[in-house]
Parts: sequence; structure tokens; C-alpha cells
Amino acid sequence: MASVSIETARTETGNKRSKPSRLAPNYWPFVVPALIVIGAVIVFPWVFTLWMSVNSWTLGQEQTFAGLDNYIRLATDFRFWESLWHTLIFTVLAVVAPLFLGTLAALIFDAQFPGRGFLRGVFVMPMMATPVAIALVWTMMYHPQLGVLNYLLSLVGIGPQEWIYNRYSVIPSLVLVETWQWTPLIMLIVLGGLAALPREPYESAEIDGANAWQKFRYLTLPMIAPFLMIGVIIRSIDAIKSFDIIYAMTQGGPGTASETINIYLYNTAFAYYDIGYGSAMAVVFFVIIVALSFLLMMVRARTNWSDMETR
Amino acid sequence: MEHALTKRPLIRRKTLDRIGLLFAALVMVSPVVLFFLWMISLSLKYEIDNGAYPPILIPENFAWSNYVQVFRENNFFLYFWNSVLVTGAATLLALIIGVPAGYGIARLKADKAAMVIMIARMTPGLSFLIPLFLLFQWLNLLGTLWPQIIIHLVVTVPIVVWIMIGYFETTPMELEEAASIDGATPWQVFRLVALPIAKPGIVVAFILALIFSWNNFVFGIVLASRTTRTLPVAVYNMLSFEQVSWGPLAAAALIVTLPVLVLTLFAQKQIVAGLTAGAVKGG
Repeated sequence: MASVSIETARTETGNKRSKPSRLAPNYWPFVVPALIVIGAVIVFPWVFTLWMSVNSWTLGQEQTFAGLDNYIRLATDFRFWESLWHTLIFTVLAVVAPLFLGTLAALIFDAQFPGRGFLRGVFVMPMMATPVAIALVWTMMYHPQLGVLNYLLSLVGIGPQEWIYNRYSVIPSLVLVETWQWTPLIMLIVLGGLAALPREPYESAEIDGANAWQKFRYLTLPMIAPFLMIGVIIRSIDAIKSFDIIYAMTQGGPGTASETINIYLYNTAFAYYDIGYGSAMAVVFFVIIVALSFLLMMVRARTNWSDMETR
Repeated sequence: MEHALTKRPLIRRKTLDRIGLLFAALVMVSPVVLFFLWMISLSLKYEIDNGAYPPILIPENFAWSNYVQVFRENNFFLYFWNSVLVTGAATLLALIIGVPAGYGIARLKADKAAMVIMIARMTPGLSFLIPLFLLFQWLNLLGTLWPQIIIHLVVTVPIVVWIMIGYFETTPMELEEAASIDGATPWQVFRLVALPIAKPGIVVAFILALIFSWNNFVFGIVLASRTTRTLPVAVYNMLSFEQVSWGPLAAAALIVTLPVLVLTLFAQKQIVAGLTAGAVKGG
């Protein structure tokens, strides 16, 4: 079984560098330990979750087979639909904002100026910082009476905001933290795209008298589009799963105003110990993420294809 | 003469451009700098200064006692040590398992194995947590550090494997082929030829696995008990179970994230390389 798939993979990828030889060494022993570990900590949980999702089981009580009951319950659970909506808003905002700012930052950091390396290093720091620690400090900054942000707003004549303590501003406030943290990732990805750009089109555009905006709109943007798409895919997957910042700052509150699927899932499984229902939620959540990823990857494949055609 | 006339304004314009860019970059970076400055400021102020309006950036008296208090009253030495053990063990195990696996997958061109890693990355961390929590409970491991070390492999192994696949795909095959024609076993080829060339890739994988394991929070809040907390869980617990004063809380937050920030500044090149290659984040 295994060897068949390798052969097909090999012919598919068209091994150019080394000739396919009969004395090719056996590489499977290198992979086996990792396969065992991945099987234990990744594949086993997948299978187990799937099995638990068709059972009714709250920790400490009897476990019974429930068929699709959990899924039916999920479909009629208002709180679940609400969390789905929160997740959607949060994800869209937490993808779009870093995408804009990250591209802008990449355009700046792609150019030459003194202190560029150091400043880029500083800019990348939020991405690596411990999310819980960051969340605590943001919570203090968002404090309606003592927080520094309301003070800064007052300097420019804007009245005090309730930030994460108001059900309407809580999601945008959380997105602001997420944007602060993950804009650098988009910057790095786009920077990689900018570094690979050819010089010639810009030279001829300059001769034709194109201004900076035209050069960006008609040359840079189409050429870095594949990189932006990679950024969108990675950011979407991370944002939809976002947990640490939301949990540490609001735990889904006020009320359930910032409860995303991931937070509701956590509460179901580890606050109410409703393992069966939580598992069903995990399965649905997983399907949503995989579907989203494949959708975005399809879009990406099509973009590349149409790019090639117009050229 | 003609030369000087055309060159002067050009140089001046270039300098102006650079100053403009520098200014734009400073604006871009300012939210980061201001945030960390404010974090330090909060951690070094007494309650009175932290409650002052308008806010004070640099206090008259520095409250170094905040840091002392964090370590004395909150068992932070223990939690720091727990973090070191969990992250250290999970990262080392991931390297031992993941580097050969990345090599094998790259040489086998086993795209499907890489696919599993990719899907593992998409899976929400919580869906690993439910089954493994039950398993650890059944194995009676809760209350030790083992559950956290094992579950952190969910974060570290995919990072290492993914980065190493990418790295070994770019290293040349010729040397390895020559070695195996000379009669070296696959293991010898790996250890003596492939591994030394791959050192930079291993460093990248090591650093990223270390950071994402250190930062992990969600596994800890479920699996850690009072004595097995890692730092992110410990700092969160300070918030929920005490009458919080901001100074010590900010100090604790800084202690948690400082090792990672220092590493980020020193290993910037590796982190950038790793993140743009795979952009892997676990959990």
C-alpha cells in the first residue's frame, strides 16, 4: 500500500534531480517514530472525537450511544449560531485589518533607510510575545477609568470608550489586539513577495511616466497577489481558531457578546464537562476550518491560473 | 559642471526620501514600542502611580518590589521551572523525532504525509484536548508534567517536521548519493552527510518550536494542577484568583514573555526565515 503511493507520488512530482534508481535507500525507518507520535497525539484524538460526538456523555455520568442527537442539538442551539456569527465577524476583521496594515508595513520595510533592520526586528516582536501576557496588559489599557487608552483618546477630544466591557465594542477591541499582534506576519509574507519582484517593468513604467500609486496598483499589487493570498489563508486559519486573547480578556463576555465557537467549545467541554456535545462541536468546527482552507486554496489556484493566461 | 547640476538635487531627493521612509517606519513601529514601554512602566509603579490620572509614564519611585512580590508570593520559581521542563522536553523530543521524519518525507516525496501535518495545523487545539485529557485521566497521569509535555508535541512536532521537509528539499542530493554508492547505510548518510548540512534549518525549527511551546496557554489551563502550572497559566491565574494590583500583574506578564522577546531580537533572522517558509503556528 505504502510503496504504491510513493511510486505515484514520485511519478506525479516528476523527480528531476535524481534518476529513479533501484538501489534507492529505504527512508521509511526515518519516518516511523514520527508516525507513531502523530498517530498517538493527533490521529487518535481525531478518531476519538468523532466517536465521542455520537455519544451522550457528561463527565461523571453514564455514557450512552446517541447517534446524531448531538448534531441535531447543535443545529437548533441558538448560542452555537450566535458564536458562529461572532467567529465570522471576528475572523473577517482580524484578516482584513492586518492585511492592509501588513502590506503597508511591507512596502515601507522593503525600501532602504537607516535603522531598517533594527526597526523590523522591533516590529516583529508582538507576534512572538506570549499572548496571555499581552492580553493582560491590553486589559489594563482598556480599563474604562484607569486605562491609558481612554486618556490618549481624551487628548484628541474623543470621549471615553467602554472597549471590552461593552457588547458592541468588545469584538472590535479584541480585533485590535489581534491586529497589533499579527500584522507582522503579513508584513513578512508580503516582504518575501516584494523581494522577488523583477526590476524591468518598473523601469519601463517610469519611462512612461507612471506615478507611485499607478506603479503600486498596476505592477506591484498583481505581482504580490499570490503572497497576499497565502497571508489571507494563514491568517484566516489562525483567526478563526483564536483562543488565548479572547479567553484571557473577556472569556466570551460581556454575557456571550464575544463568545466565538472556540470559546463556546471550551466552555461546553471543560466548564460543563459535556464531552459528547463538545466533541460534536469540535467536529463541526474542524469541518468549517478545513472547508474554509480548501475554499481559499481553490481561489488561490484560480488566481494564479488567470494570471498566467493574461500574461 | 553639467554633472554637478543634475546630481545635487537627485542626492538631496534621495536623502529626503530616506528620511520620509524612516518617519513612516517609526509611525508603523510606534504602537509596538509604546505598548512595551507602557508594560514596563506598569510593572515598575506602585498602586498609587498606576491609579493616577493623568497616567504617569515614568514614576518618581520605581517599584522594584513588584518583581520581588511576584516571585515570593506566587511560586513563580516553580512555574518558571515547569515551563522550562515542559517546553524543553517537548522541543527536544520533537527534534529527535521530527528531524529524521522531515528528512524521510522529503526524500520519499511523500506529499500525503505532509498533508497530514498541514491538516493537523488547521485543527483547533481544543479538539486534541478533549480526548487526550480523558486519556491522561485514565492513565492517572494528571498531576504530573507528563500530560503537558506529551500534548505540547501537538505543537512542536508539526513545526519541526514541516520546516525540516522544506529544508531537506533544498539540500543537494549529490553528496548523499555519492556516500551511498560508497557503501554508507541510509542512517550513516543521514547522520554524517545530510544532518551537518541541515544545521541552520534545525536551528530555525528549534527556535520556533521553543517559542510556540513556551507561549502555549490552552493546554495548560485544562491539564495543569496547582503544582504543574506553566508560566502563561500562572500569570492568568494571578488575574482570576486575587485582588489584582496592576504592578505585580504587569511584572508577572513581563517575566513570562521576556525570554521569548529576547530570543526574538537575537534570532530575528532565523525566525523570519522559518515563519516565511512555513508560517507554522501550533495550538
